[in-house]
Amino acid sequence: MKLAEIKDVLRCEVLTGEDSLAMEVETVVASDGMSEILAFAHPGALMITGLTNVQSVRTADIANVRAMIYIRGKRPGDKAIELARKSNIPILATSVGMFDACGILRELGLKGGM
Amino acid sequence: MAEELLRKTFEIRGRDFDKAGETAGGIKEILTEIGVGSSLIHRAVVIAFEAEMNVVMYAAEGTFTFVFTDEEIKLEIADKGPGIEDLDLALTEGFTTATDKMREMGFGFGMGLPNIKKNADVFNIESEVGAGTTVSATVRLDSSA
Ligand SMILES: Nc1ncnc2c1ncn2[C@@H]1O[C@H](COP(=O)(O)OP(=O)(O)OP(=O)(O)O)[C@@H](O)[C@H]1O
Ligand SMILES: [Mg+2]
Repeated sequence: MKLAEIKDVLRCEVLTGEDSLAMEVETVVASDGMSEILAFAHPGALMITGLTNVQSVRTADIANVRAMIYIRGKRPGDKAIELARKSNIPILATSVGMFDACGILRELGLKGGM
Repeated sequence: MAEELLRKTFEIRGRDFDKAGETAGGIKEILTEIGVGSSLIHRAVVIAFEAEMNVVMYAAEGTFTFVFTDEEIKLEIADKGPGIEDLDLALTEGFTTATDKMREMGFGFGMGLPNIKKNADVFNIESEVGAGTTVSATVRLDSSA
């Protein structure tokens, strides 16, 4: 599924990576636990999280996450966005909560890590 | 004998959450530049990040030594800190002494040391209460996932 479609269904704002919306993602890792993301993310996954510190982007980079969505209307700080830009990880932000974001994307055919 | 091709050391400061992860990020860059396969990089960098975060969260300071040979990636993280009383317990998935603040930051799931062990071909941890902890992990270049 294209990031651009995900952006539309979750009514996301694009915080960085506007020019990467054509990228495809197939699997999703959703967690507020960084070690959990490192343990379960498939390479190239979309990461959904409510954690907005620099380590969230660090974790995404290390887990080879392809793109990130911050949920519940959360916004990462400038440092996090800067690191995402450097690491070529597009960041989207939605006001939708974790359960609904995951449910909507799952219905559209995206898969988890199991 | 394995031939040592590259050695680098990094200092890690305890409680410095702003910089936390920079060492692991640096190691990812080095390994990517060398051209190591992506699954090996992934394993080495997960180990590096979890070990680095543990120093940041629990210790006063630490030294991270990265050694690349023609056979393996060796990571050694030695800290000056409180040490670990019960290593078996610390290695149990889910065990944590992280504070609420650390948990709010997304850490403290008790998965770091298990993640390190799982991703390493050789893993060793030594600790002395009141002195510090040393984690050593090796990823062999000829190993798969
Ligand atoms: N370098 C260290 N110095 C002192 N204690 C440590 C150190 N590393 C780990 N520990 C102890 O072992 C416990 C388990 O560590 P582990 O990395 O597995 O989980 P965590 O750090 O608590 O959570 P997570 O890694 O999921 O964020 C820690 O809570 C801490 O009590
Ligand atoms: Mg840890």
